Formats: sequence, structure tokens, C-alpha cells
Amino acid sequence: MRLVAITAAIVVAGGAFAQEVAPTDVSYGEYGAVEASLSGAPGNAEAGAEVMSQRSLGNCVACHQVSALGDVPFQGEVGPSLDGAGSRWEEADLRGIVANAKMTFPESVMPAFYKSEGFIRPGDAFTGKAGTEPLPPLLTAQQVEDVVAFLMTLKDE
Amino acid sequence: MAFAGGADDDVLSIDGVEMTSKVAAPPALAETGIDTAISGWHFREDDTQAMQTDSFDNPAMLAVERAADVWNTVEGTEGKSCATCHEGPESMQGVRAVYPKWNETAGEMRTLAMQINACRTENMGAEAYKYDGGDMTAMEALITVQSQGMPVNVATDGPAAEYWEKGKEIYYTRYGQLELSCASCHEQNYGNYIRADHLSQGQINGFPTYRLKNAGLVQTHNRFRGCIRDTRAETFSTGSPEFIALELYVASRGNGLSVEGPSVRQ
Ligand code: HEC
Ligand code: HEC
Ligand code: HEC
Repeated sequence: MRLVAITAAIVVAGGAFAQEVAPTDVSYGEYGAVEASLSGAPGNAEAGAEVMSQRSLGNCVACHQVSALGDVPFQGEVGPSLDGAGSRWEEADLRGIVANAKMTFPESVMPAFYKSEGFIRPGDAFTGKAGTEPLPPLLTAQQVEDVVAFLMTLKDE
Repeated sequence: MAFAGGADDDVLSIDGVEMTSKVAAPPALAETGIDTAISGWHFREDDTQAMQTDSFDNPAMLAVERAADVWNTVEGTEGKSCATCHEGPESMQGVRAVYPKWNETAGEMRTLAMQINACRTENMGAEAYKYDGGDMTAMEALITVQSQGMPVNVATDGPAAEYWEKGKEIYYTRYGQLELSCASCHEQNYGNYIRADHLSQGQINGFPTYRLKNAGLVQTHNRFRGCIRDTRAETFSTGSPEFIALELYVASRGNGLSVEGPSVRQ
């Protein structure tokens, strides 16, 4: 009886407080991993594949080749192929890499997708005009989770 | 991270004259790990490349012809044309190769565009051209073509040194929400594809450039602006002190390459 009550309490709390973590509040581990879901909810791999392919969203394929997204044209070669990323990394590592890759790879050219301030001459999207910090992060908390969910499906054969 | 694309091994000749489109790294490239300065031409598709090898096929030459008329046209309060003081456009041979250049009298670093406007306003009593307007890019193209095949040779010492240092700092600054510097793309990743774009070293020996995408001539500073905009940053404006310094620095990274402008790019 007591157990059931506690579970119920957690479910209620989860519903009420399944809070999004703001870009400035993300806590990175020593090697850049982020343990908890940024949106408080699990990711959707299918939506993540879309985010990775769309120029206007993550556009990850601008720099990375992903065999599972074979029908997406013009995959770039600035970063390593992401095939097998879900076998190489834990979910928390991938969340950290997508949110702010520089926490894992200092000096990386990979942009931080969940960061809102601390930029040099921040712009207003692609207008070339000045933007005001905090900027909306490149991806929402849920989009980061979706991307991570998709990356976790990229297992070594 | 294979250099799958890389630079090609084709030879660039314009109207039968061979260009130096690859050259041992000039001093400005020391400590970059780059051993060869390479013209952007080597990273383009064959059909785009071909348009630059014959003046008849180069769409920029229309602007050059237009500017050749302007060269002889009297304008302004002084009743003069460029030809009044400079004879024919061929008197401009070698000029493009050494710009931006320190102007002792004015005590400033001058781009070619600034010098053209200085002559218009001070020597002709004519209106300055818009820095990156069509009249200016056409005149730049006319002056540039006189130096085709000559090695880029901008000075970086003496009074130029402080501009060069400033340009270098800008080159390595990671601007915008994407936190990318010129070096992120053109030094660390030239030869690689970024989505559909084949990254070059971002050399400016081919400027002004006829861009097929814009169906028109594009100046160095327009290109800089586009590249910075693409990092989701606030850009600098054309003709700004930042871009003048950056132009000098980037030009020096290509010292030794042939002046190739007006070039053709996608
Ligand atoms: C501008 C280029 C660029 C973009 C855009 C980019 N990355 Fe990266 N990424 C890199 C580079 C370069 C590395 C290699 C790490 C380093 O810099 O040392 C990397 C590394 C990674 C890694 C670890 C590599 C491995 O071992 O599998 C993952 C995962 C990753 N990126 C995912 C993404 C995702 C997901 C996106 C889009 C939401 C993205 N990247 C967008 C350049 C980029
Ligand atoms: C009244 C004379 C006069 C007229 C007209 C004139 N210029 Fe000049 N131009 C000069 C002089 C004098 C210099 C050298 C200036 C200096 O070094 O400070 C010069 C220098 C230049 C240079 C730099 C050459 C170098 O070696 O650095 C360029 C380019 C140039 N003029 C272009 C033009 C163009 C284009 C026009 C017409 C739109 C024009 N000029 C009209 C007198 C003139
Ligand atoms: C996000 C990647 C990226 C960044 C950052 C970037 N560029 Fe570019 N740049 C490109 C692409 C793509 C092209 C077109 C293909 C090519 O020539 O490399 C290009 C082209 C150029 C060209 C034309 C080269 C030619 O031969 O026509 C120049 C010059 C240039 N860039 C300079 C710069 C400078 C200077 C900076 C920094 C202020 C910069 N770029 C930053 C991606 C970038």
C-alpha cells in the first residue's frame, strides 16, 4: 500500500514538475555527459532523424555522414561518420555532445545545439543582423532528446 | 576524415596563359599546417571551371567592357575621366596584385575600391560609387584583369603590420551562434564537403568573382559578409575597418598565387 502511494506521488510529481532544463542550467559531467533528459521526457527517434536531416533544423548531415539516412542528399565530411554512434557512446554522452560538443571535444568545430548565450557577435538567425542574447537555442530540449534517441539506434552491425 | 574531395589536379589557363593556381605556402601560412596555397578554382565543378578559361565564356567580361567605357567617360566637376590621368586601363597592370596597399599621403590602408573612390571624389569631383555597387565591382574587374597572371604580392610589413595583425585576429575568431571562424572552414576543412559545398581555402586571388548563383559580380567584402552571416553572427559591413584588415590578411595568405579575377564561381 505504502509503495503504491509513493509511486503515485512520483507520477504526480513527474507530471507537474517534468520541467525542461534551461540551456544555462544544463549540468555537464567531467567529460561532457548530460545524465538527465533535457525536456524531462523521452525522445522520439523518428522525429530525431528528421531534425538531423533538415537544413532548417539540426542539419547534422551538413558535417556528418549517416548511412541510415541514406536518402538524404549531400552528406558532408567535416565530422566523422555517425554510423555506430549508439554503440560507441552512452545516451548521456550523446546528449552532452549534441547539447554542447565542446564540453566533450574542446575546440571542436561542431556547434552547440543547446546553448543560448556567450557568443561573439551573436546574430539574429541568418539575417547578418545583431541578435540579442539569450538566443533561442538551435534545437529545443525535446529536439535534442529526439536526436539522441535516433543516435542510440545507430548500432554497429 | 578523408579528404574525399580535395583540390583537383587540373591546370588553369586563361586564354592560353597558364596561371599559378597552386604555390608553396607564403609566409602568412606558416604555422597553419598548410603547405600549398590553392586557388578556389580547384574546388569547383568542371563546367564552372571551364567558364573561367576563356574570356568569351566568362560572364564577368561584360562588366569589364562596360567599365572600359566608363574609364573614358568624363564625370564630375573637374571635367576629367580616368583616362585623363591614367591613359588606358592597361596602365593599371600590377595594381590589383598589391592591394590592399598603404597610402602614405592619406595615411590609411586602401582597398582597390577605396582608391577608386578617392580618385573619383578627390581627382574628378565626382560622386563616390557605392562600395560594393555594380559600378564599383565592374571598375574593379577592369583594373583586376590588367594584372591577370601576375602574382599576388601584398605587403604586410611597415604600416601594414598592424592591419595584418587585426585581420589575422578576425580570421581566427569564432563568430556567431555556430561559433565558427574562417579557419574552421577554410583552414581546417578545405577539401571537405560541408553539405553540398566543397570547401576551398577561401583565397581572394580570384576577386571580384562572377557568382552564377547571384548572376553578377561579387566583391571580397560581400563574400566575407556572407560567410560570417552563415555562422549566425552579426556581420561587419562592406568597407568597414574590420573587412579592410581581413582583406589584407586573407590576400597575404595567397601571396604568390596568380591574380585570377574576375573569376567564376557557383
Ligand atoms: C559544423 C560541423 C558539424 C555539425 C553541423 C555537427 N557536427 Fe557533430 N561533430 C563534428 C566534428 C568535427 C566532430 C568530431 C569531434 C571533434 O571535433 O573532435 C563531431 C562529433 C560528433 C559526434 C561524436 C562522433 C562519434 O564518435 O560518433 C556525434 C555523436 C555528433 N557529432 C553528432 C552530431 C549531431 C547529432 C549533429 C546535429 C544535431 C551534429 N553532430 C552537427 C562536426 C559537426
Ligand atoms: C586628376 C587625375 C586623376 C584622375 C581623373 C583619376 N586618377 Fe587615379 N590616380 C591619380 C593619381 C595622382 C594617383 C596616385 C595616387 C597616390 O598614389 O596617392 C592615382 C592612383 C590610382 C590608382 C592606384 C594605382 C596604384 O599604383 O596604386 C587607381 C587604381 C586609380 N588611380 C584608379 C582611377 C580610376 C578608376 C579613375 C576614374 C574613375 C581615376 N583613377 C581617375 C590621379 C587620377
Ligand atoms: C560555415 C563555413 C564557413 C565559414 C565559417 C567561412 N566560410 Fe568562406 N566559404 C564557405 C563556403 C561553403 C564557400 C564556397 C565554397 C568555397 O569556395 O569554399 C566559401 C567561400 C569563400 C570565399 C570564396 C573563395 C573563392 O575562391 O571564390 C572566400 C574568399 C571566403 N569564403 C572567405 C571566408 C572568410 C574570410 C571567412 C571568415 C570571415 C569565411 N570565409 C568563413 C564556408 C565558410
